[in-house]
Amino acid sequence: MTGLALLIPLALFLGLSGLAAFFWAMKAGQFEDMDGAALRILIDEDPS
Amino acid sequence: MTAAALKAPLPGREGLGVGPAEGGRTSESERRRSARQPTPAPSLPGRGETERSVFAVPGIHCAGCIAKIERGLAELPGIAAARVNFSARQVAVEHVFGLDVPELQAAIAKLGFEAQPLRTAEADGVARSESRALLRATAVAGFAAMNVMLMSVSVWSGAGGATRDLFHLLSALIAIPTVAYSGRPFFRSAWSALRHGRTNMDVPISIGVTLVTGLSLFETLTGGEHAYFDGAVMLLFFLLTGRVLDSLMRDRARDGVTALLKQTAPGATLLVDGAAHWRAAGLLVPGDHILVAAGERLAADGIVEAGASAADLSLLTGESAPRRVGVGDKVLAGTLNLDAPLTVRVTAAGPDTAIADLARLMEEAGQGRSRYVRIADRAARLYAPAVHTLAASSFVVWLLMGAGWHQALLIAAAVLIITCPCALGLAVPAAQIVTAGALMRAGVLVKDGSALERLAEADRALFDKTGTLTLGRPAPELAGVPEEARPVLLALARASRHPLSRAIAAALEGTCAASVSGLTEEPGFGMRGTMAGIPVSLGRPASAAGMAAELRIGALAFPVRFEDALRPAATATVVRLAALGVESSIASGDRAEAVAPVARALGLTAQTGMHPEDKLDAIARLAAAGHKVLMVGDGLNDGPALAAGHVSMAPASASDVGQNAADAVFLGDSLAPVAIAVSAARRTMRVVRQNFAIAILYNAVAVPLALLGLVTPLIAAAAMSGSSIIVVANALRLRSAAR
Repeated sequence: MTGLALLIPLALFLGLSGLAAFFWAMKAGQFEDMDGAALRILIDEDPS
Repeated sequence: MTAAALKAPLPGREGLGVGPAEGGRTSESERRRSARQPTPAPSLPGRGETERSVFAVPGIHCAGCIAKIERGLAELPGIAAARVNFSARQVAVEHVFGLDVPELQAAIAKLGFEAQPLRTAEADGVARSESRALLRATAVAGFAAMNVMLMSVSVWSGAGGATRDLFHLLSALIAIPTVAYSGRPFFRSAWSALRHGRTNMDVPISIGVTLVTGLSLFETLTGGEHAYFDGAVMLLFFLLTGRVLDSLMRDRARDGVTALLKQTAPGATLLVDGAAHWRAAGLLVPGDHILVAAGERLAADGIVEAGASAADLSLLTGESAPRRVGVGDKVLAGTLNLDAPLTVRVTAAGPDTAIADLARLMEEAGQGRSRYVRIADRAARLYAPAVHTLAASSFVVWLLMGAGWHQALLIAAAVLIITCPCALGLAVPAAQIVTAGALMRAGVLVKDGSALERLAEADRALFDKTGTLTLGRPAPELAGVPEEARPVLLALARASRHPLSRAIAAALEGTCAASVSGLTEEPGFGMRGTMAGIPVSLGRPASAAGMAAELRIGALAFPVRFEDALRPAATATVVRLAALGVESSIASGDRAEAVAPVARALGLTAQTGMHPEDKLDAIARLAAAGHKVLMVGDGLNDGPALAAGHVSMAPASASDVGQNAADAVFLGDSLAPVAIAVSAARRTMRVVRQNFAIAILYNAVAVPLALLGLVTPLIAAAAMSGSSIIVVANALRLRSAAR
């Protein structure tokens, strides 16, 4: 029983942080260009 | 690459809000003027404010392309930044006002990519925030569903007594705010339907969810055995997923195709006693004299009083071959004046112009289509009353059989939850979005799900000729020009912005240009210059028939003829459409002699010399004969027909109006996407019908259980997710639909 007192808030907290992270990501435009991000890593930085 | 963007020779956003420019003109009017007049690449660092233009660039396919476009554009004067969106195959360019769209398009073309301008409509923001709100509601419902399920699984595994009550209470604490937040789209839609005396799919959903939540709360507070919070929340989650898919699909298409009648000039330079004033288009009245500079669009219909020039009517007709206009000729609003200034006496302005007439015609023609009822709504019309009756009668029957009101209500709620069109809500959007995605990869942007439904029903196709069956741009026939004269031709052609010259320059890509000096463009004739002392020219031949030009080197003359080639795969498309049971024919505004070769080549019957009204009539006649007409066209003159057709498609090269009126836009030169879209739409409808069958089968099994009062929360949850997953999996088969 005492275990529940810890685990349930913990589970809810983790779930809520996931939800918050999703809201942030949506607001910050993380989903604007899903395929582009994977390709951009291949672009060399400008030499200059 | 952000570094590259920052290095651009422009202050970018810092320029925003800079005060009045010199001469006491306000920054606002300065901005508007320079935005409208396509002056050659003005890089005015320090004074420039930036605006955003978005282009569709279907040719982007690797990291190299991204780097090439972003760096290449950022180096140009006047461009602050360029950002590629790879998923959407789009480039957003941040640039100074005054750099106009064709120039940016040319800049991208110079980097080796074909670009189509897209409008960054502010109205887009509304739709986008709608699907964002839906997405947020879905995320909340998903979070709640997972956590409530966590509790429920413990209860089902045998938790009892105080633990069960605690878990039920916690579930209630999560579920009730979730229902209040995520259920809003359904409550709102159900309420507006009820207020108008109708019923839709959202009514049983709303009643079911509220009833179940309320009953479960009652159970929780009285320490009852079953609480259905997980069912209610999961139901919301699945249904919202369907809504999000539907809304995302509309957004994505809206990204691709948004335009309005914005192409008419916002105003004109008015001549009053020799002095020139800027006047907004709405304030022009018949009788005014306006000065139209080369490269400017006409703001009103009128008659040429002075000057001679070539006019680009592509906005109105979709036809790129310029037409000569001189004193006494009638010119229409929206026409682009190509090479010399004209003085025009206004005959009609504002709502009386030909372009505004067409817009009205289009609006009227489009009303028939808005009466189309989507398949999901048609299903709901049958389904919703059946569900209401079933739930209500189960409640009454159980009461009559002596069950308490509490138990009877619980069973009625179970019936509502079980019959709630979970799979039904997903059946249509899941299939349609998968197909739309597949079609997008094949180069067809479908505007919404209903377009796919109507496309599947098409059994007759009408094609416009110019720009639809043909490429709509002149291709030079260079056989008459010997190899050694081509460098001269290129040198002359590339110095001009005339469409025919551009076509020649494009065709001669790879040739090394000769050095020609003293290049001048003579309005109404063409280019002149000298090469090693010999006068050379490229211009209008003395006896001009059709589209032609003549290259002169000294005394030698070489004719260059132009023709409008058929789109690639045009014949194959017509054949494939015929195999699909869609009979095609041509409806063209062009003369019979011009249409005949195309009709012969494709083996189609043709109607020629048709006005926009005639095309409407033709469609109305076919519709009266019971045909569902697929209209494929591109010009503004096709606008009403595109709006009137049961479904319509336009090439990406079409006028804005054409793209706006069409249900689907296909990219690239090939005509093949038309047949691909029809066959993909039919496959989609087959899958949708299968999905309906699955949903009905599921109900046939689950409803008797619910009526008998055997449905526990566990059974409800399993049945609901099981049927949804099957429906989505079935829809995923459509990923290869666009073939």
